[in-house]
Amino acid sequence: MKNSIILLVAAVALVLISCGGGGSTAGKQKQVTLSAAGATFPQPFYNLAFKKYNEAGGPLINYGGIGSGGGIKSLRDQIVDFAATDAYLSDAELAEMPGEVVHIPTCIGAVVIAYNLPGVTDLKLTPELLDGIFLGNIKMWNDPKILAVNPGIALPAMAITVVYRSDGSGTTYIFSDYMSKVSPVWNGQLGTGKALNWPAGIGAKGNPGVAGTISQSQGSIGYIGYEYAFAQKIPMAKVMNSAGSYIEPSLESFSAAAVAEIPADTRVMITNSPNPAAYPITSFTWIILYKDLAYGNHTREAAEATVNTVKWLTGDEAQAIATSVHYAALPQNAALQAATLLKGITYKGETLLK
Amino acid sequence: MSGDRITKALLFISSLTILILSAGIVVSLFGGAVPAFREFGLRFITSSAWNPTAGSEQYGAMSFIIGTVITSILALIICIPMAFSTSLFIAEYYRGTRTSGILRSLVDLLAGIPSIVYGFWGFYALRPLLVSTGLSDQGFGVFTASLVLAIMIVPYATSLSAEIISMVPSELKEAAYSLGATRREVIFSVIIPSARSGIIASFILALGRALGETMAVTMLIGNANVIPKGLFAPGNTMASVIANQFGEASGLKMSALIAIGLLLFLITALVNYLGKMIIKRFA
Repeated sequence: MKNSIILLVAAVALVLISCGGGGSTAGKQKQVTLSAAGATFPQPFYNLAFKKYNEAGGPLINYGGIGSGGGIKSLRDQIVDFAATDAYLSDAELAEMPGEVVHIPTCIGAVVIAYNLPGVTDLKLTPELLDGIFLGNIKMWNDPKILAVNPGIALPAMAITVVYRSDGSGTTYIFSDYMSKVSPVWNGQLGTGKALNWPAGIGAKGNPGVAGTISQSQGSIGYIGYEYAFAQKIPMAKVMNSAGSYIEPSLESFSAAAVAEIPADTRVMITNSPNPAAYPITSFTWIILYKDLAYGNHTREAAEATVNTVKWLTGDEAQAIATSVHYAALPQNAALQAATLLKGITYKGETLLK
Repeated sequence: MSGDRITKALLFISSLTILILSAGIVVSLFGGAVPAFREFGLRFITSSAWNPTAGSEQYGAMSFIIGTVITSILALIICIPMAFSTSLFIAEYYRGTRTSGILRSLVDLLAGIPSIVYGFWGFYALRPLLVSTGLSDQGFGVFTASLVLAIMIVPYATSLSAEIISMVPSELKEAAYSLGATRREVIFSVIIPSARSGIIASFILALGRALGETMAVTMLIGNANVIPKGLFAPGNTMASVIANQFGEASGLKMSALIAIGLLLFLITALVNYLGKMIIKRFA
């Protein structure tokens, strides 16, 4: 009896030792492990990209989809190598950080207006209609204001149910940033934020929750990340952009939104783009990291792996992965700016990229 | 050291751990809630404003307190007749039979289903049913949430009530029968009076569970951060708003959510204490 217990303990100890020293596996060089956390909006892209990068010999990256706010907090507490956010850090948030933080755009995501109306798959919406519907002022689908924009479409006499995010989210931030730009009423009443004081409708948790609620409820309308509407085949409305054209959500019309001038630190919202071909509710999503990676017990090795990962993420190979999961690739100018910013990343003052 | 002393030490350490843990939870809840109460004072409890937009932040717990209380009480009202009659069936009418055994296991089975599964069932099965009755546009709201909550707490109330009913001394019942009482008279004049406080306690414990239920409620209540305008209107509960908004919260909002957690903790503790007091009187 006693012997078998000793054997068991020895076996467990052996397993633990071999797990703990996983890097020392013979034949393979020591694998670097990075930890990252943040936004769920680009998580399908990051999960796939990090997996492929690791298979190609890159570091093992543990990405926690805990939300942009959680990611920012983790970076501030210096418990991650890098974080991801859908809303860039405000000047106040940057000031709270213990070190200088750099924003690197990784792809463009879009928020689409998804709806569930029996027999209707071709709905057009203007900013005024979005404002009226989401503020609860337009209550019926056959409202004359909606009919005027959608001539020839048989809109049912059905009550409109607005579905919004019940959790704080970057998706809400992007949508409300756009709405605040196009509607002074919205700007005064709800403003821009990751969570809002919604006057009408019902809340559902997460992009999958909103998508599921819309697809299960006739007469509903809501805003979700493009990839979620695309995956669940939920109809999406064409939205009138600043040039007055109705734009269908597509990767091309998302990329078109980002061709305008981008500030050097890439902290810009590209919603309501002036480009006539652009879909108006689009945004960069960012990786954020410290400009000098020598903090806490960070090794130079981890710092190099971090910069190389982010550099790879903005390169052609990873951008093709982004497109395959329905995020728009970074346009040329943004990719160039990302590369310039990455060259400025240092470890104890020494640049890491040539 | 003798085996007895080792056992004693182990027991002492584990009890102490529980004590330290609960004290730790209370202390950290209090600590986290301080900024919200400092900012809003008692208005945090009485106000129903919930505006997370930066610059005009306003947090009040009233709409969530009302949402929690309404859904839980409504669930309890729906639960009482179901649980009460089932427990009488199991513990008195069909006592010791195979039917009672099967029913008892089914009730236990219901108690073991995870709440997310109840939520799914409510979302896909119950909600369309409510929509087809025309009572509600989309089937989300206080009533739907209460109905699922009721079904979730029935097993708790039932098995506890059944246990208490079967504890009624058979001498009492036999005495009543020998005096010529009918079965109905025995139930209403002997069993219920002597098991009364125990049955009430079982419902209070079930209520305690309804107060803290999160997942099933959040899937069905509509998550609108307002005082519900009616039984079929959307609202939100304390547990549900915490689960929804915790992820992205920081600063004052985080503190407001922790303060709601503290209030929920206090309400649940109070309800459990009430239940314990009643059981004590019975025993």
